[in-house]
Amino acid sequence: MALVEIRDVRKSFGQVEVLKGVSLEVKEGEIVTIIGRSGSGKSTLLRCINALEKIDSGSITVEGQAVSAGMANLRQFRQRVGIVFQAFNLFPHLSVEKNITLAPLLTRKIGKAEARPLALDVLGRVGLADKIDAWPERLSGGQQQRVAIARCLAMAPHLMLFDEVTSALDPELVGEVLKVMEDMARQGMTMILVTHEMGFARNVANKIVFMHQGKVWEEGPPAELFANPKTPELRSFINSVK
Amino acid sequence: MNFQQLWRYQDQFIEGALITLALTLIAAVVGLAIGVAGAALLRSGSKPVRLAIRSYIEIFRNTPSLIQIFLIFFVLPAAGLKLPAFEAAAVALSLYFGAYAIEIVRAGLDSIPKSQVEAGQCLGLTRWEVFRHIVLPPALRNVYPAFTSQFVLLLLGTSLASQVAAGELFHAASFIESRTYRSFEVYAVVCAIYFAMVIAFKALFAVIGLAAFRWPVRR
Repeated sequence: MALVEIRDVRKSFGQVEVLKGVSLEVKEGEIVTIIGRSGSGKSTLLRCINALEKIDSGSITVEGQAVSAGMANLRQFRQRVGIVFQAFNLFPHLSVEKNITLAPLLTRKIGKAEARPLALDVLGRVGLADKIDAWPERLSGGQQQRVAIARCLAMAPHLMLFDEVTSALDPELVGEVLKVMEDMARQGMTMILVTHEMGFARNVANKIVFMHQGKVWEEGPPAELFANPKTPELRSFINSVK
Repeated sequence: MNFQQLWRYQDQFIEGALITLALTLIAAVVGLAIGVAGAALLRSGSKPVRLAIRSYIEIFRNTPSLIQIFLIFFVLPAAGLKLPAFEAAAVALSLYFGAYAIEIVRAGLDSIPKSQVEAGQCLGLTRWEVFRHIVLPPALRNVYPAFTSQFVLLLLGTSLASQVAAGELFHAASFIESRTYRSFEVYAVVCAIYFAMVIAFKALFAVIGLAAFRWPVRR
């Protein structure tokens, strides 16, 4: 059974229908990249998967559990699904360590003694163990984004969502974040990414999903999709981002 | 000018100043608690609750605080609740400060981007945990200067409590003046004491601010 099953999901903001019947499956360990133009519904779809947005119809299940904004164990569910945002969203008033350990201390009830080793462990995985006592504001954008990823890893998620995580970064800082994500992919993390990094989509992803006008327009393995786009919309999109 | 004569009233000055301090601190602490709770409820409470809080704010911000003190001291006894002067003044000033504090804290909460709340929710935190650990600390920092100046207004405003004989500094001054007929000298001394208290509190708040809000911010 797929880890994530999305069936005919529809979502409107006011009069504007952003998702017009989206269906998608993501298997355990799969790296799925969602590409498409601005306004095609990519980010909205991602936000629906962890119930940040309420869907109007259709269904989303993660690990067999139906996802909805009002679900009974939303809190536990959110701990299993990590999300990283374009704007990092670190907490400015907490040190890197506290950013990472706040949620484990509150939700998983880990002891104070376990907190710092946990932070060191996940920071080591993103190559920032030496920044454990820094303030977020003192870090570069790339470092902040890696801390945001470490903060998710501390919750030991089963699924990671990435919402254009390199879009706000200076070009020379993109690589360090992508490298961390590649490491996670190698370690078998199931990941869904919305990205404009076509290189990453091509080289790391198992599956590319091209969204257009609120629908999954085309999907398939990257090599195939990039080499032989079936629709003129995907062809023109690929040409425009080359 | 003759300040010599006032020397024997130093105990009255000191006692008055201490009562002023007590009134100020009680009203500030209770008022801040009202401010945080009220601002939180304005965001998440039901419609009747929000309406009640808005009415409270408008009533206390748009009427003279002297009359608020009078109402609680002179009118509440008719409803069976008789409070001594100090207590009545403390209640009135707490409610007065609370109304302003709600608006101040609310502005602080509004200054925190929604993305911070979402980041907290996505980590599985409850609404209360997000409010307490993620939204409130930076919000309070953003409105700390506004809170400080409102606190100064409160301290100076405690002089109104003299009108119900709450025994604070201004009331002590009236008493000493009635004994010595040295109006200018008495009020000059009292002014200096208020001034010194305000300067001391501003210094204290600056130190507290430095200790409590240590994280760097982008300007």
